[in-house]
Amino acid sequence: MSETSSQTRRAPEAATPRIEVADRDRSTDVTTTVRQSTVPSAITEAVFEAKDVSVFYGGTPAVRNIDLKVPKGEITALIGPSGCGKSTMLRTFNRMNDLIPGCTLEGSITYHGEDIYADDIDPAEVRRRIGMVFQKPNPFGISIYDNVAFGPRLHGMKANLDDRVEQALRGAALWDEVKDKLGQPGVALSGGQQQRLCIARAIALEPDVILMDEPASALDPIATLAIEDLMRQLRGQYSIVVVTHNMQQAARVSDRTAFFSVDMEQGVRVGELVEYDLTEKVFTAASDPRTEAYITGRFG
Amino acid sequence: MSQTSSEAPGALRVTGKARFGDAFFRIIAYSAGLSVLVVLGLMIGTTTRDALPVFEYQGLWSFFTSDEWRAGFSRTEFTGEYGAFSFIYGTLVTSLLAVVIAVPFAIAISLYINRIAPKRLAKPLAYTVELLAAVPSVVFGLWGLLYFGPTYVRPVMELLNSTLAPIPLVGILFEGPIFTTSYFTAGVVLAIMILPIITAITREVTAQVAEDQVQAAYGMGATDWEVMRKVILRGAFPGIVGGTMLGLGRALGETIAVAMLVGGSQRWGLSLFFGGDSMAGHIANTFQDAAPETVLALIAIGVGLFVITVIVNVAARALVWRIGRVAGDAAL
Ligand SMILES: Nc1ncnc2c1ncn2[C@@H]1O[C@H](COP(=O)(O)OP(=O)(O)O)[C@@H](O)[C@H]1O
Ligand SMILES: [Mg+2]
Repeated sequence: MSETSSQTRRAPEAATPRIEVADRDRSTDVTTTVRQSTVPSAITEAVFEAKDVSVFYGGTPAVRNIDLKVPKGEITALIGPSGCGKSTMLRTFNRMNDLIPGCTLEGSITYHGEDIYADDIDPAEVRRRIGMVFQKPNPFGISIYDNVAFGPRLHGMKANLDDRVEQALRGAALWDEVKDKLGQPGVALSGGQQQRLCIARAIALEPDVILMDEPASALDPIATLAIEDLMRQLRGQYSIVVVTHNMQQAARVSDRTAFFSVDMEQGVRVGELVEYDLTEKVFTAASDPRTEAYITGRFG
Repeated sequence: MSQTSSEAPGALRVTGKARFGDAFFRIIAYSAGLSVLVVLGLMIGTTTRDALPVFEYQGLWSFFTSDEWRAGFSRTEFTGEYGAFSFIYGTLVTSLLAVVIAVPFAIAISLYINRIAPKRLAKPLAYTVELLAAVPSVVFGLWGLLYFGPTYVRPVMELLNSTLAPIPLVGILFEGPIFTTSYFTAGVVLAIMILPIITAITREVTAQVAEDQVQAAYGMGATDWEVMRKVILRGAFPGIVGGTMLGLGRALGETIAVAMLVGGSQRWGLSLFFGGDSMAGHIANTFQDAAPETVLALIAIGVGLFVITVIVNVAARALVWRIGRVAGDAAL
C-alpha cells in the first residue's frame, strides 16, 4: 500500500469535500465533516452488551477481551485497520460466526439483556430479529419483489405482503426508483440500488437492529452518500452498528465510534478495542494516542 | 505501441515458423473433428439402411406402437412380426424409474458432501460415489441378479405391493404378481449406476451457488434446511435438470445390466413388478440366435433407441437452455 493513498484515506480533514450533513433535527449550519453529537455521552439503553468477548478462529484469537455497549436507536461505528476484527466483532452480534467452522467465542453478549449465546437460544431466531447488510450487495437472483418478500415468506409473515414489501422499499429509499419494475430481477439494479434493496430486504423483517459490514465500500461516491443518507434516516427507528474502514464515513454518520487496533500477542495479531466514545470526541479529542495516530493518518 | 514498431520494424510480422505450426495444428484439429462426424455418419447411414426395410415391412407406426414381436427365421424375406412397443415401454419405464430414485439421492448426497459432512468425511464419500461409476455394468447385473435383487429389492417390492396396490389409479403400478427380475429391479440397479453422474453434476452446481447469497439467507434467520432449499437448490436448479437428463440418457442406453435384470419376457405390463424387456436388453439377449431378418429387426430397434435418446437429449438441452435463460435473465 502506498504511503500517499493511506495518507489521503486517513486524513478526513484534508480529503473530504465539505458535505452537507443532512442532519434533519438540527437547524444550525452543519457543513462540518464530523457529526456533532446529538446524544448524551452516557448510554441509557443498550441493545447489545458485549462483556469480555474474545473470538477465536480454530483456536487462534482474532479479538480479545472486548467490552462494548451498543446504544439503542443510535449509529455505532466500528473502525480500525484491516484485520483488527471489526467484521468478526460485528458478526458476534447475530451469531453469524457460528457458520464458520472452528470459530468459537468466549465471554457473553446480551441482546436486550438476554444472553444470545445461552444454550437454549436458536441462532436462526437471533438472526431473524437482527438484520444484516453485507459488504458486497448480495441480492438473490430473483425479482425485486421476491427479494424483499424473501424474509417475510421464510417466517410465515405473509399477511399484507404487498404492503410490507412497499414499506420496506420506502424505508430503504428505493420505492420511487423501483415501484414500476418490482417484477424485474434485483441483480439488474445498479450497485447502490442493490445495496438499498438488501437494506429493504433486511428491514422487511422488522428488525430493531441492523448490522452493516462496510455497506458502501463496493459503491461509488454518490451511491455511498445515498447509503449514508439512508442510514441517518433509519437511525432512531433502528439501532445501527456499522463497520467501516472509511473514517470520513464514520465521522459523517455515526453517533459513537469504537476504535479497534491490532496488538501483537505472542506472535499473533489480535484485535482489541482501544477507544469507544462519542464520535465527535473520538475524532476531535481522542484519549488514546493510538486512536489519534490512526485518525490523523500517522498510524502504521 | 507506435514506439515499439518504430524501434523494431517487422517484429510484428508473422514468421514462417509460426505460420506453419498454426496450419499444422489446424489441420490436425480439423481432421479429428471431422472424423467424429464421419464415424457418426457411417453409423447412422448403415444402421438406417438396414433398418429401413423393417420399417417398410412392419410400418413405422406399427413398429413403435404394436407390442406383437415374433421373430422370423427367413434368410431372404420378412416373415415375422416386429412391433417393438414392449421394449420401448420397458426402456422408458426402467429409465424413468431410475431417474426418479436417483435424483433425490443425488441431491441429498450433494448437499451432505458440500455443506454438512465434516471435511474428513466429505472427500472419501465423494470418491466413493465416483467409484460407483467405475464398476462395470455386467458386475452390477450379476450382483443385482444373484444378490441385491432377491435379498433387497424383492422385499421392497412386496412391501410396496401390499401397501400401494389398493390405491386407485396409481395402484396399477404396484400390482402383483411380483417378478424378482422386473422393471423395478432393473430400475433400482440403474438408479445406482446413474447416481455418480447425477451426483457429480449436482455437487458441482450446488457448490457454485454464490456464498454471499447463502450468507444473506442465513442473515435473515434461515435454517440450514431453508438455505439449502430456497437458495442453493433454487440457484442450482437448471444444472440439476441438466445432470438429470444426462443420467436419463445413460439409463436409456444401458444394456447389459438391464438385460440381466428386467425380466426378458418380450411382453409388457403396467405393473412395475412385471418382468418385461428393454430395447437394448432385447438386442443383447436375442442377437446371437437371430436369423438374418430378425437381425435387421434388432438393428431397427437400435435405430429406434438412438432416435429416442436423441429426442431426450435435444429436449434436455432445450429445457436447460430455457431454464438457464430464465435464470440467466435473472442473473443479468
Ligand atoms: N473465516 C475466518 N477464518 C479464519 N480466520 C479469520 C476468518 N475471518 C477472519 N479471520 C481472521 O480474524 C482476524 C480479524 O478479521 P476481520 O474480522 O475480518 O477483520 P476486519 O473486518 O477488521 O478487517 C484476521 O486476522 C483474520 O485473518
Ligand atoms: Mg471486515
